[in-house]
Formats: sequence, C-alpha cells, structure tokens
Amino acid sequence: MARGLVRFLVSLLAVSICGAASVFQPISDSHRSAALDVFVPVDGSYKSLEEANEALKTLEILGIDKKSDLSSVTCENVVKVFASPSSTLKDAFYALSVNGILKCKSGGDVPKDIVSKLQAGVKDAKLLLDFYYSVRGLVLVKEQFSGTDISLGDAEAVFRSIKALSQSDGRWRYSSNNPESSTFAAGLAFETLAGVISLAPSEIDQSLIQTLKTGILKLFDSIQKYGDGTFYFDESEGPISTTASVIRGLTSFAASESTGLDLPGDKIVGLAKFFLGVGIPGDAKDFFNQIDALACLEDNRFSVPLILSLPSTVISLTKKEPLKVKVSTVLGSKAPALSVKLAQALSSGSKGSSVINNLELKFDADTATYFLDSFPKNFDVGTYTFVFEILLDESANGKAYVTEAQTKVPIAATGAITIENAEIAVLDSDVGSVESQKKLDLTKDGAVSLSANHLQKLRLSYQLTTPLGHVFKPHQAFLKLKHESQVEHIFLVKTSGKKSELVLDFLGLVEKLYYLSGKYEIQLTIGDTSMENSLLSNIGHLELDLPERPEKAARPPLQPTDPYSRYGPKAEISHIFRVPEKLPAKQLSLVFLGLIVLPFIGFLIGLTRLGVNIKSFPSSVGAATSALLFHGGIGAVLLLYVLFWVKLDLFTTLKALSLLGVFLLFVGHRTLSHLAAASNKLKSA
Amino acid sequence: MVKSTSKDAQDLFRSLHSAYSATPTNLKIIDLYVVFAVFTALIQVLYMALVGSFPFNSFLSGVLSCIGTAVLAVCLRIQVNKENKEFKDLAPERAFADFVLCNLVLHLVIINFLG
Repeated sequence: MARGLVRFLVSLLAVSICGAASVFQPISDSHRSAALDVFVPVDGSYKSLEEANEALKTLEILGIDKKSDLSSVTCENVVKVFASPSSTLKDAFYALSVNGILKCKSGGDVPKDIVSKLQAGVKDAKLLLDFYYSVRGLVLVKEQFSGTDISLGDAEAVFRSIKALSQSDGRWRYSSNNPESSTFAAGLAFETLAGVISLAPSEIDQSLIQTLKTGILKLFDSIQKYGDGTFYFDESEGPISTTASVIRGLTSFAASESTGLDLPGDKIVGLAKFFLGVGIPGDAKDFFNQIDALACLEDNRFSVPLILSLPSTVISLTKKEPLKVKVSTVLGSKAPALSVKLAQALSSGSKGSSVINNLELKFDADTATYFLDSFPKNFDVGTYTFVFEILLDESANGKAYVTEAQTKVPIAATGAITIENAEIAVLDSDVGSVESQKKLDLTKDGAVSLSANHLQKLRLSYQLTTPLGHVFKPHQAFLKLKHESQVEHIFLVKTSGKKSELVLDFLGLVEKLYYLSGKYEIQLTIGDTSMENSLLSNIGHLELDLPERPEKAARPPLQPTDPYSRYGPKAEISHIFRVPEKLPAKQLSLVFLGLIVLPFIGFLIGLTRLGVNIKSFPSSVGAATSALLFHGGIGAVLLLYVLFWVKLDLFTTLKALSLLGVFLLFVGHRTLSHLAAASNKLKSA
Repeated sequence: MVKSTSKDAQDLFRSLHSAYSATPTNLKIIDLYVVFAVFTALIQVLYMALVGSFPFNSFLSGVLSCIGTAVLAVCLRIQVNKENKEFKDLAPERAFADFVLCNLVLHLVIINFLG
C-alpha cells in the first residue's frame, strides 16, 4: 500500500518535471562498446553458466563476436554439466542455452542423460521454476539436436497444472503452497506454456489458450507508466527484470500460438521506450534484460515498435542546415516504408498556436533519414516543441508495426541576435540630466572610463532583436561591478518593451557596496540557449566616490586568499631561549680557589706545631699491612667520590662503594682492634 | 677603667690559654680540624656573598660538607675525651671508626648533591 503510494507520488513528480516531450534513441554503437566493458569474464570464464548465458546472448544480439576467446572454457563447463548425473534442472537449462550459442555439442550427439532428466523433471514438477527449466530445456534440445523426437506425453495435463498456479489478476504464483504472486513469475509461466504448446504432439484445447489470453490482457491492467509515455511492470525483482520477463514470455507465447496475440499498441511502444530510456546499464543482469527484451520487441508476432529519434535537436538559422529525423526499430534496424509529418511546432512562449502546420518531411534513401530543409518565413529563434506524426505505408508489410500516435520533441532554434544602441551614462539623480554618456560596441572589450559619486546614477541600455526583427529577451543579462579589492556585485538587466535597461542608483546602493570607493571594473554578460553570439564584454572602468564607512556598517566579506600565499613558506620563528645565568669572572673564582687552600695549609702547619707523629704505626708485618690497607682503602673511597663527581653515575658508584666498604670494614676492624689491644696493653702495663 | 678592662681581658685570655694547654694532644688535633673546617665554610660563604648563589646546590653542598664534618669531629671529641664520664666504656678506636664511616657517608651525599 505504502509502496503504491510512493510510486504514485514519484510518477506525479515525474509528470511535473519531465513533461511530455523527450527523445529516445535506438541502440547504437555506444551500447556495443559498453557491452564489452560490462560483460568481462574473470580469468577467461564466467562465474556461472547463468552469467555466461546472459553475456553470450547479449553479445550475440548486439552482433559482437567474442565467442572465440571464451568458448573453450565455457564449453568445458557445459560438457561437464551434460555428463554429470547430479546436475540440477537449472544447470541443465543454462548449459543447453549456452550450447545453443556456442554449439559445443550439436547434430546427432544427444546428451541422453540430460534429456531423460528433463523429461522426468516435467513429470515430477510441482514448482513453477521446475516446470520452466524442464520444459524450456526440452525445447532447446529439440532445436539444437536433430534426430530427437521429443514430445510431451500428456501436454494438456502439464498445461493445466501450470495454469493452476495462475491468479485472477493475471499474476502467477511460484508454487501452490506459497500464496505470494508475482508478475515476473507470470513471464516465466508464459514462456513455459509456450514451450508446452510447441512440444505438444497434438493441438491443445483452444479454450485453455483463450483463458490464457484473457489472463495476459488482465496482466496489462497492472502496467505502470511514467509521464514521458514509458510503460513498465514493477515488482520486487525490479522494473527491468520484471518487464523483460513479461516481454520474453509474450514473445514466445505469440510465436508458438497460431491464432495470434492482440496486445495494445501504445503499451508496446511504451515498453520499448522504457527499455531505451534506461540508457546504458552498469549491471550485467540489467544490460542482458534490456537487450534481450529489445530483441524480443524487434522481432515478434504481435507488433513491432518503431522509434522516431533525432540526431540533433538544435536548428541553427544561420547555418541553414536541415533538421534530420530517423525512424528505426529498437535495435536500430531499417523501418518499413512510411512517411513522417511535422504536425505542429508549438512555441514555448505563445501557448497553443503553432508556427508550422502539417509539413511533410522528405526522405533521403542513402542515409535512411527524413529531413526538413526549409522553414517558413515566420520561424524565429527560440525553444519549440515539435510534434511529429508517422504514417505507415499499409501496403506490403510482413509484420505488424506500431508507432506512437504523436512524438513530441523539444527543439531549440538558434540564430544571431543583433545588439543595437548600446550606451552607458552617468546621470545626476535629482534632475535626471546626463553628466557623461558613452556609446558602446559590445562585440569587443572597451576602455570606457567613467566617474561618479554617491549622488549620481549609472544607466546602461541596449536593444536586442531577433533575425526577424522581434524584441529578444535573453535568459541571462548580468552587469558585474568588481572593485579593485576583488569584491564583486552582480545586477540583473531587465528587458521591457523595446529595450533592455539597468539603472543603478548609488545613493541606495552605498551600503550594498560596503562603502568601498575606488576603481570598479564593469563587465556585461548576455546569454541564452537560442543566442549564437552570447557575449561577455569588459566595458571599462568606473571611478566611484562613496562616503566614509560608519562604525556600524558591514565590512566587505573576506576574499579567498591567494593559494600560493596560503601554502607557501611561513615566516621565520625567532625562539626566545632562557637567558643563561651570569657567571662570575674567571680570575675571581681562581683567587677563591687559592683562598680555600689556605685553611688546609693552616691545618697542616698547626699539626706540625702540635707535634703530630706516627709513632703508633704498627711495626709487625700483619698489622702494618692491614693499617696500610686501611689508609689505602679510605683513599680509594675518596678517589671513587672524585670519579663519581667527574663522570660516574650513582649506581656504579654505589656498587663500587659497597665492595670497597666491605673491604674497608674488614681491614679497619683488624687495624683498630690491633691498636686497641696495643693501648690496653700499655694501660695495664 | 679602660685599662683595667683590657688588663682583665688579657688575664682571662692567659688563663684560658694555660688551661687549654693542659688538654691532651689528640683533642687538640680534633679542635684544629674543626677550626679548619669552619674556616673553609666561611670562605665559601664569602665567595657566595660576592658572586651570587647561582648554582645554589653546589654552595649548599660545599658549606654543609664543612659544617657536617665539623659536627662529626665534635662528636668524636666528646666520645674520645677521657674526662667525659658518659662514654667511659667506649673505646676511642670504636669512636674513630664511627667518625670515619659517618664522614664517608656524608661525603657520598655531598658529592651527589654537588652536581
């Protein structure tokens, strides 16, 4: 429900935007070159037989011969499927389809296992897809291999069991258990039933076929359309897949059926336009569906649509080239004998009245195009909607062709517009008198130099006329004032009555111009789709004197900086370092070094005065050595401290100190205990 | 009166000097050492006063080294002095060993702080 509503809104929007006029082009060489990019095999082969089938079929329809590159690997896969007893119906079907294009196996070399599998499949099938693969597979076997007599035993029963899956609204179900129905399934069902009819040994009951035809017409009731006249079927698989499936089904059904299928012609043309309007799809599946559906429309038993297209939708009145129109089938093949008439040429300005009425186009047999080389005298520049009608020559046509009733094409007629009486003037505002006036030649840049102050006005005026002498109102007419500081202002030049004029009253514009006085460059731009000589002209300079900017007024916006200055090298940064402390003079430090030594010398002198001696130094060897070691150890520790200050770190010092300390402890104890023993002996003695 | 005060000062000084001469030599050595250390500290303070205390840690390190070693020497003097009844049982060699050890530890810290 919601989806339907969304689709309605989308189509409403499409109607309002697209309008009724658009041009559709048949398949051309751009499609062919795109096909080579879209259908790219990976490592020389496609991922599955289904993809290989899509790619090969599309390339075959477009007439591109790439079979030689891929045939070997793909044929290997096909033969593998034929030989394997465990291949599914789906694999068998796609293998047969690929075989039909590549002709890996043909003639009398019938893959008997596959045939028996397909026949068993028909008998046991319950789901629509099983019926589809098995019946279509048997049809392919019958086409490709001679000497096989394949026919469905009880064709009517098969027909009925497939028909049992249909619904009253024309859609089909995939299985009897699942109530969900789909239009895509309807397309598959049509193909399957067409296969049943072609494989039936005897004629199937006509009433069954008639109910099927009514069902088909019911299905067409659910067709959807866009505003530009395209018709399509939409489902969960997407519009392209669903519509392609239906068209395939209808084509095979019409081909198998002898009494013919009558489908509404405008809808067939609409379906053709839908596929042509898709353009070049990027997805492989969409591309295949588009080309396959167009191939079915190109050559079918109900009606073949013809497309009217224009290589160029612009008429240049100066070049006087004829307007060319092509009519062809959807794949670009030749159309039968017909005549093209330009029924109306509706101008976009005046509603309803047509400039041209019922002009017949001439036919050029060499290029197979219709052309219009002479336009009436009152055909002026502008945008038009041309309405073409095609009349088919009923005489000898093998197929039934169908075209649109009327094809509407938007056309632009261009020409050279004359510019006259262009002048620029500075006026005194109160009185309106002209202070200075200059004539302009807008076809080339001028060097006009004007000056004005904020009490005056600037007036620019010119006249534009079409080749037929009517007043021309261009789409774009801008006057740009650019200040020397790169600030720009744009004003529109309005056309009224006979001429175009712009009056700039500087008194009112002072704030808009940001109070910037100085030199302004004047630039005029005039352009339109129908104007072949659109122009951009630098008229000259205006020296403008405006009052001072008051405090509250807006500043001009910042102009974008020059990219070279923004990304260029920046200014050098001067770093400020901590000012190093002032150190004392070297001589002063050396003097004090000397002074420090003085107390030490005093200490030594005092010691000698006191009569210091080393009489108690032990004389026995053992004690002497430990005493020496003791003093040596202390000296070593002090030396270690000096080294620590100069270069060692704390941890190595501590390590060395611990070792020395242990040694010193041991030796010191020995020495001091020896001294203590000696003094005790002295005391007791 | 000035004459008498100056005479009193002279007498006082003489009596101190004679009393001091009675002290044992080892104590005098220690006293001399203390005086030496204090003088060194004073010269360092004078230098700092002249030049400014920029590497303050060095100044502290130097001064505290002198003061620390002076303090340790005073402790040694107390412990070694025979007239001190508190430390009667402590052998002077033991006190000297403590003095050496404490000095070594002090100088390790001083050298580390010197920078």
